[in-house]
Amino acid sequence: MGATGIIFRREIGAYLRSPMGYIVAVVVLLLDGVLFYAVALGPNAGQLLSGEALKGFFYNASGMTAVAAVALSIRLIAEDRQTGTLLLLETSPVKDWEIVLGKFLSALAFLWGITLATAYVPLLLLVNGKIALGHILVGYLGMLFLGAAVLSIGLFATALTRHQLVAAAVASVITGSMFLFSTLARVVGAPLSFVLDALTLHDHRWTGFGSGVLNLSDAFYYAAVAYFFLYAATRVMELKRWE
Amino acid sequence: MVELTEVTKYYGPKRALGPVSCEIVRGDTVGFLGLNGVGKTTLLRILACGLRPSSGRVEIDGFDVLRSPHEVRKRVGYLPETPPVYRDMTVRDYLAFSGRIKGMTAEAIARRVPEVEERTRISEVSDVPTGHLSEGFRQRVGVAQAIVHEPELLILDEPTHDLDPVQIMEMRRMIRSLKDSHTILISSHILPEISQTCDRLLILDDGEIVATGTEEELSGTLARTRRMTITIRLGGSDGTDRTSAGAEAAIRGVTGVTRTEVTDGGGDRAVTFEVESEEDLRSAVCRALVEGGHEVIALARSEHGLERVFVDLVGGERS
Repeated sequence: MGATGIIFRREIGAYLRSPMGYIVAVVVLLLDGVLFYAVALGPNAGQLLSGEALKGFFYNASGMTAVAAVALSIRLIAEDRQTGTLLLLETSPVKDWEIVLGKFLSALAFLWGITLATAYVPLLLLVNGKIALGHILVGYLGMLFLGAAVLSIGLFATALTRHQLVAAAVASVITGSMFLFSTLARVVGAPLSFVLDALTLHDHRWTGFGSGVLNLSDAFYYAAVAYFFLYAATRVMELKRWE
Repeated sequence: MVELTEVTKYYGPKRALGPVSCEIVRGDTVGFLGLNGVGKTTLLRILACGLRPSSGRVEIDGFDVLRSPHEVRKRVGYLPETPPVYRDMTVRDYLAFSGRIKGMTAEAIARRVPEVEERTRISEVSDVPTGHLSEGFRQRVGVAQAIVHEPELLILDEPTHDLDPVQIMEMRRMIRSLKDSHTILISSHILPEISQTCDRLLILDDGEIVATGTEEELSGTLARTRRMTITIRLGGSDGTDRTSAGAEAAIRGVTGVTRTEVTDGGGDRAVTFEVESEEDLRSAVCRALVEGGHEVIALARSEHGLERVFVDLVGGERS
């Protein structure tokens, strides 16, 4: 097993041993259920098409996925820096990118586990309504991509500081800004509007996934965001050795 | 084993270390002694490949820390000032993780973990999460992780930090037991820590090595002043001035004496002085006292303890 796998196992164990992982899971599952009942179904539950209800569920769940991704990621490096355990990794024959990737994959696996636990909602719609299995699969694939992108932003933030609250603030500001890029694009002129619209993390980037339509450009965009911030996190770790 | 050439480390514009040059041979136990903030931890972290130097060259067992950091890391065990333990893991799981991350095979870990637990006397807490351990046990777990992969070079940064006196004695005993199988570097600002466990000392001040040698070498050759203690009998009825003040005046009258201080006021009709001079003036001081009518009952050259050397080298200019 390579260093990435060793770190992945250690971090998954840490999520399962600490209350933080369970708190995030319970809050996400609770809010996903409440939002589905109160918002996605709403007062017109009886007249709503199953596909529309599923789309509403995925829209709300994608937001919860982003919040959960920030919550799960902020401890990843900041905590190690604060407690001194990062020194164990930094003085072992492990590359910085292996540390970053191992931690990222562990958070992604845990996030994915929480997200999959919401599958009872689309399964209820599948049994009681008329929806395509592909719609469910594409929706969850979208949450995997979005979650990966936000986790990488959180990992970058947590690499910057030893304080988890500061990391949470940085990750929230970056993620929140990127969620709002499409709104900002409507009030600024070209060419900035094109740039902001292209870089938005939600809105039209999410529409396809939420509707069960897989656009490769959207998937590629999320993958690119994840790669960019993971690379940035690795560079931050390298640079901190020069400080 | 360790070779440093003109190594410096800057944090922004502030120089934290260097330029430092030194060589440490295999099997040595070397103590880095210095006040807090003089660059000891920075130097040790550079040697452990946890921090990059700003300039200079560091080689460990022939491998450059910048060009071959992984080769260096395989050969180095490092215990930082705060043991790098994951508090949610049991001791056994943590040591196994440390072994894996340092490249050990599953078979080697299965053999080695019980061995290091035995050697560092933590077998009894093997199944306890490290977060539930006392500082002393946690420090021993830190040493265990540093030696689990059988490194040639063991680096211990303030290993008795935050320990109580009993734990300090146990830690010293453990370090001494490791001397036969590792080259050991220890940093401390506590003098007995270094003098009781190390063969050689490097004294750091303001990021630079200001003295190096064994305790005896440092005490004998690096002290800037010669010191003697001299005891005279007080009183008498022969008309001479056999008082403490008279004796002090006689001593001060000797050319070359730089300081005289009464160290024992003479409860049993004797007084003891500590006398400092730039050269050995024992015979001249003795002659001056005898010629002044004083009765010299003891005279000895003071041994320059490590503490005095340390204060002379790094503390004197600040006091």
